[in-house]
Amino acid sequence: MIELLDVHKRFLQNVVLEGVSLEVKDGETVALLGPSGVGKSVTLKMINGLLRPDLGDVIVDGLHVPQLGRKELAQLRSKIGYVFQYGALFDSMSVAENIRLGITDETCYNDEKFCENRVLECLRLVNLPPEVATKLPAELSGGMKKRVGIARAIAGQPKYLLYDEPTSGLDPVNADVIDGLVERLRDELGVTSVVVSHDVRGSFRVADRVALLWQSKIRAVGPPDQILASKDPAVLQFLERDLEMTLIQAEGVARGRNV
Amino acid sequence: MSNGAALTLGPLRLVARWSLRTADHAGRFSFLIADMLRGLAEWRIWVPRTLDQATAVGYGSLFIVLLVAGFAGAVTSLQTGYQFTGALPLYYAGAVISESMILELGPVLTALILAGRIGARYAAELGTMRVTEQIDALESLGRSPVSHLLIPRVVAGLLVIPALTMFANATGIVVGYLTAKGSLGLTYGDFEYGARYFFRPLDLWYSAIKSGCFAAALTTIPCYLGFNTQQGAEGVGRATTQAVVSASVAILMLDAVITKLLLVAK
Repeated sequence: MIELLDVHKRFLQNVVLEGVSLEVKDGETVALLGPSGVGKSVTLKMINGLLRPDLGDVIVDGLHVPQLGRKELAQLRSKIGYVFQYGALFDSMSVAENIRLGITDETCYNDEKFCENRVLECLRLVNLPPEVATKLPAELSGGMKKRVGIARAIAGQPKYLLYDEPTSGLDPVNADVIDGLVERLRDELGVTSVVVSHDVRGSFRVADRVALLWQSKIRAVGPPDQILASKDPAVLQFLERDLEMTLIQAEGVARGRNV
Repeated sequence: MSNGAALTLGPLRLVARWSLRTADHAGRFSFLIADMLRGLAEWRIWVPRTLDQATAVGYGSLFIVLLVAGFAGAVTSLQTGYQFTGALPLYYAGAVISESMILELGPVLTALILAGRIGARYAAELGTMRVTEQIDALESLGRSPVSHLLIPRVVAGLLVIPALTMFANATGIVVGYLTAKGSLGLTYGDFEYGARYFFRPLDLWYSAIKSGCFAAALTTIPCYLGFNTQQGAEGVGRATTQAVVSASVAILMLDAVITKLLLVAK
């Protein structure tokens, strides 16, 4: 289980999070929605200890993350797969080497045969052909990079998966593919997931519950239907803006097809 | 507040801000060094990567280092001829060329060239990795960026730079001798006599120690600055420039300190 308890975070004068509390139960997928720059990625980074809260606590798998030492944090991180916004693949390494780095068990990591099979299995799970394994990240498209990032995150068979804007920068078709992938991984691997996004449609598709981060606080939490039925002005404003964005994107795709 | 008070507060505030920033850098730099020392225990991770880095850095820098050392030897030889001909015996040229190369020009010029080449490379590589979240990705995989990225670079520099300096010393002396032979008519016998007359085996150790200290500065400073890069592409550019400038200044300061210590030791 993942718990955020009254978390506060500021960078110099900029208050990012102010008393954020959220609970993600085992096996559940929670989408953390909100406009850009509201602190969604900061929240995600606090879950796996890349950032520490100024106040409050983050509990993952029963461990108080801000209080963990170097070794304990490394052990906890081996249970958490993290999908970065732009993939964060290592440029100088092939796709296979990138995915292999995700194998957190040292014995398995040093076993060549195991790694080879695991890399191919992860590529299959993210719908990429085995030939991609030998390519460098620079040779891949944006969508493929995201999928390799997901493959690396699941290579260590994590208990938790954190997705940081998995569909940002992708066209609606590719975004749909990634959403489908998140959904499939949730069903096949049964992991506990937190998906940070500003894409309402995709988040509602993959999440069991949705949390809206608005002006440094959690404004609403609940199943997608409940959020859609909300009368909260902040929720309505966010949903309307996303609807506009979706229409603009759809228009763009239609124009692209006409050309 | 009166204008006078504002003018007084301005410089004070600047000094205070500079002091805070320096203390912040010093603290974070010390923590990074401590992390690297701790990370040495993970030798299975950093040893193979060190060999890769050493090959890239050493082999890649050899040509420019030898080129610079060759020209330094030639110019030293010509200037020695210009200043000493007729005033001192010709064999003094052998002493001036070899001692200048071993004690000063070899280590300092090599370090300054490598501050530009290796320092910029390290800062830009690590800075780019920071802003593209590759370093965060390593950490999120439970792997230490210090053992994977920093220690190999620093250790490779510590191994390769003193070796490059020795090659530079040798090249400078040989080119210096050839130039003196051509321009001053210095014989090999005279050159060797002069070089041997003033040479102490300890000079080579001094050269190695000096280049080792320079290597530490020109690898750790760029690594620190690259590792702590912020604010995207502009931040990478700033870190790279700062790395080259700071490493070069550190080399010159270390040069003064070590030279003073060397002279006292002698």
